[in-house]
Amino acid sequence: MIISIQYLYWLAGVLLLITAGMILADRTHPKRWSSALFWLLFAIPFLVGEHLPSVVVGVGVVLMALIAGLGGVGRGAHVELHDKASRASAGRLGHKLFIPALAIPLTTVIGSVLLKNVEIGGVPLLDPKNTTFVSLGLGCLIALGLACWLTRDTPVQALRESRRLTEALGWAMVLPQMLAMLGLLFNEAGVGTAVAHVTTTYINLDYKLVAVMVYVLGMALFTVIMGNGFAAFPVMTGGVGVPVLVGIYGGNPAVMAAIGMFSGYCGTLMTPMAANFNIVPAALLELPDKNAVIKAQMPTALMMLLVNIVLLYVLM
Amino acid sequence: MQTVVNLWPLIGVLVIVVGFVLRFNPLLVVTAAAIATGFAAHFPLEKILATMGDGFLQTRALQLILLLPLAVIGLLERHGLRLHAQNWIARFERATVGRLLIIYLFVRESTAAMGLTSLGGHPQMVRPLLAPMAEGAAEKRFGKLPDKVRHKVLAMCAATDNVGLFFGEDIFVAFGAIALMHTFLLGSGIDVEPLHIAVWGIPTAICAFIVHAIRLHRFDRRLTRELTATAPASVQPEAAQ
Repeated sequence: MIISIQYLYWLAGVLLLITAGMILADRTHPKRWSSALFWLLFAIPFLVGEHLPSVVVGVGVVLMALIAGLGGVGRGAHVELHDKASRASAGRLGHKLFIPALAIPLTTVIGSVLLKNVEIGGVPLLDPKNTTFVSLGLGCLIALGLACWLTRDTPVQALRESRRLTEALGWAMVLPQMLAMLGLLFNEAGVGTAVAHVTTTYINLDYKLVAVMVYVLGMALFTVIMGNGFAAFPVMTGGVGVPVLVGIYGGNPAVMAAIGMFSGYCGTLMTPMAANFNIVPAALLELPDKNAVIKAQMPTALMMLLVNIVLLYVLM
Repeated sequence: MQTVVNLWPLIGVLVIVVGFVLRFNPLLVVTAAAIATGFAAHFPLEKILATMGDGFLQTRALQLILLLPLAVIGLLERHGLRLHAQNWIARFERATVGRLLIIYLFVRESTAAMGLTSLGGHPQMVRPLLAPMAEGAAEKRFGKLPDKVRHKVLAMCAATDNVGLFFGEDIFVAFGAIALMHTFLLGSGIDVEPLHIAVWGIPTAICAFIVHAIRLHRFDRRLTRELTATAPASVQPEAAQ
């Protein structure tokens, strides 16, 4: 492939390394050394991850968790553009400001839909396994070029902004990856089998409605615990869906699977374990309550669980 | 009966629940849960650390979505992107937070259902565009928002993006989750067309749109009630003095 995801890992690593460097050079930073160390540790897996033994990466992860846990990740001061200058710039550029912002999603869609199968001299243009990510990376670079050209600002300022937002996100940025890692470990340790064992052993599934409720609520609950509906699906469908709903009550497996997965998604809306959808956006929007997004989603998720129970019972 | 199942790994779940409830730093909670689960499953420490390292490396792509757009978004914000988005939406007479978000929900859910999941998202769409627009729509009606209300509006923007994405993507037949369901059912000896799984998701997807749209509509009414009720109350005592 011509454009591999590896280049984007390096790019991300360099960005994090620059953030660490800027913090180190910032004498006014409240947590200068520990913050710099945190972002440096985060940069390493992106820069040289595949050359390191997994144990070393694991130790790095534990160290990052310790630094964050002891409150070592701080936020430096940032020189904002003067309010007047920012206002003038908004007035001057107007709708043109939307162009680079929209260029990111548009390039991602164009790349992942149209350039998916493009080959040059027999070599695929984009990393075939990661077309979306690679297109997104390209989109960001194109958008950065456009943004610098339109605002007449420099790429160095863009790096300062990247550092500002990285620091605003803070440790929350690492959480999705940590949770994905925990999910893998849960799988290897057999947490899924244990949960399925508990639900199927202690609940009486002799009534169709009870069986439907156990499946729907079980998918949601299990997703709340694992943070991911994909992890819950095999466990609950293998434990309750296939043997009971299809096997005993003769349900339509397509209906069961579709509604089951959606029930898992209701769980995703309610759990801090799905950090990239719930905790990171709260950090991105600089909300003081990290659970604010979950609270906003909770009523929709609960109502949809009820809807799913009714739909599955009726349509199955 | 089946072979004895080791229930000890559930201790990891307990660590997570207790840790989140007691509000310890989540990174610390997750790490503690990982180590506890590993020990409960009789893994040696080295294997626990290696599994953690592997997992961290395998999921690096997740980080790209968040990290790479930051430079562009930050630069545009410096030059007034949020301000412009706010001013622009304020030009529409009938714009409200609820109406804006209902339209966004519709577009997000229907494009995701066509497989265009990357058209939205928190770093590239919600923070730079949707959130300032919602804020602009609210400020046009009610003036400067109290922080508490402002945070609720922003959280609702993020929530709407999630609801639209989740209930849209799963009725796109080439989506990964459909493939996962299909493969799993095949493994259990049931052959279902992926298209059927996608089609049977549609009733839930439609209900999700209706449920969330009704909530957004009521969110508008609540904003009106709260903000028009509190505004005169906070002014009156001063006027009385």
